Amino acid sequence: MTWNGSAQIALVLTLVFVSAFPVGRYMAVVFEGRRTWLSPALAPVERGFYALAGVDPQRGMGWKEYAFALILINALHFLLLYAILRLQYYLPWNPQGIAGMSPRLAFNTGASFVTNTNWQAYSPESQISYGAQMLGLTVHNYLSAATGIAAGVAVVRAFAAGGLRTLGNFWADLTRCTLYLLLPIGTVAAILLLVSGVPETLAAYAQASPLDGGSQTIALGPVAFQEAIKELGTNGGGFFNANAAHPFENPTALSNVLENWLLLLIPFSLAIMLGHMVREPKQGRALFAVMAVLLTLGVFGAYAAEAGGNPLLAHAGVSPAMGNMEGKEVRFGVALSSLFNVSATGTSTGAVDSFTDSYLPLGGLVPMFLMQLGEATPGGVGSGLYTIVVFALLSVFVAGLMVGRTPEYLGKKVQAREIKLAMLAVLILTLFILCGASLSLSLPSGLSSLANAGPHGLSEMLYGWTSATENNGSAMAGLSADTPLLDYGLGAAMIFGRFAFMIPVLAIAGSLAAKPKLPPSAGTFPTTGALFVGLMIGVILILGGLQFMPADALGPLAEHFAMLAGKTY
Amino acid sequence: MLSHLRPAIVLIALSTALTGVAFPLLFTYAGNAILPFQAGGSLIVQNGRVIGSALIGQNFTSDRYFHGRPSALTGTDPKDPSKTVPTPYDASESGASNLAPTSKALLDRVAGDVKAYGGHDVPADAVTTSGSGLDPQISPETAALQVARVAKARHMAAADVQKIVDAHTEGRYFGLLGEPRVNVLELNLALDGSRVSVAKE
Repeated sequence: MTWNGSAQIALVLTLVFVSAFPVGRYMAVVFEGRRTWLSPALAPVERGFYALAGVDPQRGMGWKEYAFALILINALHFLLLYAILRLQYYLPWNPQGIAGMSPRLAFNTGASFVTNTNWQAYSPESQISYGAQMLGLTVHNYLSAATGIAAGVAVVRAFAAGGLRTLGNFWADLTRCTLYLLLPIGTVAAILLLVSGVPETLAAYAQASPLDGGSQTIALGPVAFQEAIKELGTNGGGFFNANAAHPFENPTALSNVLENWLLLLIPFSLAIMLGHMVREPKQGRALFAVMAVLLTLGVFGAYAAEAGGNPLLAHAGVSPAMGNMEGKEVRFGVALSSLFNVSATGTSTGAVDSFTDSYLPLGGLVPMFLMQLGEATPGGVGSGLYTIVVFALLSVFVAGLMVGRTPEYLGKKVQAREIKLAMLAVLILTLFILCGASLSLSLPSGLSSLANAGPHGLSEMLYGWTSATENNGSAMAGLSADTPLLDYGLGAAMIFGRFAFMIPVLAIAGSLAAKPKLPPSAGTFPTTGALFVGLMIGVILILGGLQFMPADALGPLAEHFAMLAGKTY
Repeated sequence: MLSHLRPAIVLIALSTALTGVAFPLLFTYAGNAILPFQAGGSLIVQNGRVIGSALIGQNFTSDRYFHGRPSALTGTDPKDPSKTVPTPYDASESGASNLAPTSKALLDRVAGDVKAYGGHDVPADAVTTSGSGLDPQISPETAALQVARVAKARHMAAADVQKIVDAHTEGRYFGLLGEPRVNVLELNLALDGSRVSVAKE
């Protein structure tokens, strides 16, 4: 580790933490339906949307109706993307003449983008046309992000007052999120990316005559506009196969800092938004602190591992000064690379600017462990917020057991029904990850997907199932994911991971919304302050650790000790 | 519940029209009008021919040019479609080696490349593959290791070559962000004394 590397990381994290406060306040205004400074320009557009859609934005929906509307639009949008990918050969903007996708890969990709996972089992340069990128993937980047945020906002509303029968209007939340939040920030970010060198063109791939002879085909495309929402919406699906390591997605250290800032911005801002919407900003700051502490620890943990370099390569004559550079770009170096990959797995973005498969065992363990903690540090847009609220409920329950107090969170009494649903949501995903990974590792067709032997192979498969089920989308990319087993298996994991978690959480919200809002009393366990923050961090780490440590010990930890012993595979 | 069908369909249609068509097209046309170089992929044109992109590395192999980092890209063998062959810096694709830190294949590859760079204390970027397989840059240390070879092939004084390297070495932004680096294509263009013009769409 160097002072410069640590300072780069500290600067980017500080920029995120500072900007989350005004953005969180702004989001509270947006989702309470109040006027913003963009209203003069956007309110007529918003009214136009409602008129065309036949929506009364003031009409509230109960949790079941909210969930139904959410699933309906996602199901329809999934079918549309499936059709676009299958038919892309016939659609406009396909100068490379790229053929339609196979049914199983189109299913996997559709599941991947509708769930905000953005797992890439395909190679975009040869398998996705410009038209499908624009009409399919870019639109899904926007809508799946807005879907997640809407669900997060609905959960927060359950705590805003007592005796509520509704959680808000899903169509209004979706529309306002897109118009007032995602499009304005996405547009400005896309302009900055374009200036820094990210292409935006519909021209066919360029044919170049390199200086040293031969020829070079250079893939291009309408990248800049998609790249911005890819990070802002914690989506993470790359325009190119190499994702944000590709110089056209991420040309300079400055574009890298911008993208890193974008992908962390909304998840942290949502915690602040919660504080404003429940009229107790301290509550939002406590959740914010939990997220910030865990993410910062993860970033510096991974950076420390990567900066040390690979001892096996050092033995072969490589200077350890630059750290572990396999799979990393010179312009980012080890510090910004570690920061980016940990940020993208602490959120559910899953974008990479360096390749996790070649990270050192402990450097690669950090991204995997952050996903295994349930994607709440700070998690995906919206999904991170409702996940951390689930952890807050579990924490007040644990605290209540320890000191004999009635568990309450934000003035709502937490009872057996909510805790059962919360545990269901948490455990069901673990079950899916561990069973999926074990099954794939016992089948010949699963084992043939592994790129590396030894404990690292186990890490690859465990990482894949974790990433899909937690809707992250990053990969230890050596894994050959376009096989029948993994296309269908991981596709199902993504859909299950998204909706089998979100629906119990909306049910919790519906049940809490109806309860009266109790004023804090002497018997209330305070949910602000360092004690609660520490308790929550403990609950998250112990829950995640107990569930996944045995599996992680067989993968990254075993590989770490094998590496120290000089063993290769 | 069927009353939700209309908003669902209309909002998908409006989102597609706005974020899938209108904005990407606006960015494409405005980008090509205002920032044609960046929007078009930072293509470098020499004597009317595109010779590459300022952002994408190239496969330099001759002694008179500085070499980029090893590239892990592979493609189908044109002679035998059932086999794959290395296609370094083929920018119609992108990707990494994805070799584990304990991979024997990685160690064997690195051990071979280390020899070419003197055998000990080799800068890490010189013998590792990048994430994209298209990394346009090398570290100043890796450039310095190649100065003697390039100078000899070009019958130049090593000090003069090093001067050109220094002139093309970029530092960290604001002295803080990113890493020191040399763009290999731009450096080699400077060595050739080429006139460079900006591509027009």
